[in-house]
Amino acid sequence: MTGVHLFGLAGAALVGCGVYGLLMAPGALGRILAFNILGGGVFLIFGVVARRGAGAGFGADPVPQALVITGIVVAFCATALAAALLVRLSAVDAEVARDGEKEKET
Amino acid sequence: MSALLVLAITAPLLGLVPLLLLGPRTGERAALGMLAVNVAITAGIAERVAQGGRALGYAVGGFAPPLGVGLRADGFAAAMMLMAALVLLFTGLFAMTGPGDMTRKVNARGSAGMPSTFFILLLSLACALNLAFLAQDLFTLYVALELLTFAAVPLVCLEGKAGQLSAALTYLLFALFGSVLYLLGVVLIYGLFGTLDIAHLAGLMAHGAGGWTAAAALALMSAGLMAKAALFPLHLWLPPAHSGAPPAASAVLSAVVIKAPLFLLVRLWSDLAPLPLAQVAGPVFAVCGAAAIVFCGVVALAQERLKLLIAYSTAAQIGYLCLMFPLAASSDGPWSALAWTGGTLHLVSHALSKAAMFLAAGLIAETMGHDRLSGLGGVGRLAPVSVAAFGLGGLSLMGLPPSGGFVAKVMLLTSALQQGSWWIATVVLVGGLLAGGYVLRVVVIALQHPDSDLPDVRECRWRALIALALAFGAMLVGFMPLSPLPFLEIGRPLTWESVLP
Repeated sequence: MTGVHLFGLAGAALVGCGVYGLLMAPGALGRILAFNILGGGVFLIFGVVARRGAGAGFGADPVPQALVITGIVVAFCATALAAALLVRLSAVDAEVARDGEKEKET
Repeated sequence: MSALLVLAITAPLLGLVPLLLLGPRTGERAALGMLAVNVAITAGIAERVAQGGRALGYAVGGFAPPLGVGLRADGFAAAMMLMAALVLLFTGLFAMTGPGDMTRKVNARGSAGMPSTFFILLLSLACALNLAFLAQDLFTLYVALELLTFAAVPLVCLEGKAGQLSAALTYLLFALFGSVLYLLGVVLIYGLFGTLDIAHLAGLMAHGAGGWTAAAALALMSAGLMAKAALFPLHLWLPPAHSGAPPAASAVLSAVVIKAPLFLLVRLWSDLAPLPLAQVAGPVFAVCGAAAIVFCGVVALAQERLKLLIAYSTAAQIGYLCLMFPLAASSDGPWSALAWTGGTLHLVSHALSKAAMFLAAGLIAETMGHDRLSGLGGVGRLAPVSVAAFGLGGLSLMGLPPSGGFVAKVMLLTSALQQGSWWIATVVLVGGLLAGGYVLRVVVIALQHPDSDLPDVRECRWRALIALALAFGAMLVGFMPLSPLPFLEIGRPLTWESVLP
C-alpha cells in the first residue's frame, strides 16, 4: 500500500464520517464539527490528487496545494461565522428564558 | 479583452469604503450610488454583448486559461447580471433611510431605514453575484458561492431575534454542506482532467473522457448546488430563513441569491456536461422540480402568515427552472432552444415579481403591525399600492398575461408538448393553478370589507411605488416575442476562441 492509497482511503473515510455527522448529529455544534471533518477529508483527497500529478502529468502538481490553502481559509471563515451565530443564539435563548422566569415570579 | 468585467466585480467593493469611513448617512448614499454604477456597468456589458454578437472575455493578469483564470460574459450571464443589479438597486432604494426616518424610529417596526450593515451586505452580494455569473473556473465559482453565502446569512438575522438566528444557522449549515459537496466534485474533476476551466473541460468531456468518475463529480456538484438553491427535497431551510428576515433582505434573498446556484446548475448541465449525460440527468431534475412545484405549492396554500406563504411560493417556483433541463437537453433544436429561453425568462421574471411581493408584504405588515392572513381583511384600503404590487407580482407567478411568467410558462409548455413530455406540461399547468390559489387568497382577503375598525395609518407611499415598479418590470418581460431569444444564445457553446486575443 503506497502513501497515495493510504491517504486516499483516509480522505474517503473522513468524508464518510463528516456526511454521517452532518446528517445525524443532534446539535448545531456537532454539525459544525462534522462540516470540518468533511472539509478535512475533501482537502486530503485534493492533496492525493496533487501527489498523483493530476491530469497535468507533473511529478507533483502545485495547483491543488494553492487551491487547498484557499479552501482551508474559506472553511475557517465559515466555521467562525457558524460559531458566532451559535454563541449569539444561545445568549439570546438564555435571555428569553430569564425573562420568562421573571414574568412567572411577578 | 474587456475591463468592464473586472469593474463589475471590483466596483461594488469600492462602495464599501465610504460606508466604513464616512458614517451611515453619507455611506448609505454612496452605497446606493455604487449600486446604480453597478447597473450601468452590467447594462454596458449587456449592450456590448448584444452589439458585438459574441461573448466578452478577460484573462486576469494577462494569463489566458487554462494557465490563468478567465472571466467571460455571454448573453445568458449578461442577462442575469443585469437582472440582479436592477433588483439590488431597487431594494437598496427601498431600504434607504427616508426623510424623517431618523427621528421617527420606524426601525423597530421592521422595514423602514435598514442599518448600514444592510448596505455592506448588499454591496458584497453585488460583488459575489457578478463573480458567480462571470467566472469560468470551477474553483473561482466555489469562492463566489461562499462569498454569496457569507453575505446572505447575516441578512437573515439582521435584527438578531432568536428565530432569525436559528434560521440563519440552519441556512448556513445547509449552504456549507452544499459547498463541500460542490468542492468534492471540483476535486474529482481536477484529478481527472488537470484543469478547472469550463470551456476546456467541456471540450475534453465532449469526447467521452472521464466516464463514471466525471458523472459522479457532476452529480456531487449538482447536489451541492441544489442544497444552496433550496431545490426540493433540500428546501427545508428556505421558508424560515426567507420569511423571518426583514422585507428588504427577504426580497434580495428570494429574488437573486438563490438564482446564482441555479444559474450554475444550468451552466453545468447545458455547457459543461456532454449531451448524452445531460439527457440522463435531465429527467431527475425535472422530477425534483415537479415535486417542488406541487408539494411546496400545496404547503403555500395552507400557510397562515403572508411572508411564509411567499417563501413557500419561492421554493415552488424554483421547480419551474428544473423542468427546463430535460427539454433543453433534447436534440430537437428549435424546441430545446425555446425551453432554454423559457427557463431563463422565468428566472428573470420570478426575480422581479418575487422582490415586488416581498417588499409589498413588508409594507402590508408594517401598516397592520402583523402579517397573519386572518387579520389582513380590508388592508387594501390602507395600503392600496402595496396590494396592487403584490397582485401584479402574483400575476407573473400564476402565469397570466401580460407578465413574464406567462411568456416563460407558455414557452415551457409548448416545448414540452412538442417533445411529447405530457407530464411536464401537466405540472406546468397544475403549478399555475396552485399559484393562482395562494395569490388570489391573499388578494381576496385584502379587498374584503374589514371585520373590525382599521388602524389609522397609511402605507409608506414612496416605498410602495418601488415595489410597484418591480412588479411592472415583471410585466414588461411579458412583452417578449414568443420565440427563442437570440441574445441568450450569444457565446454558446463555450469557447475562448475569438473572445481572448
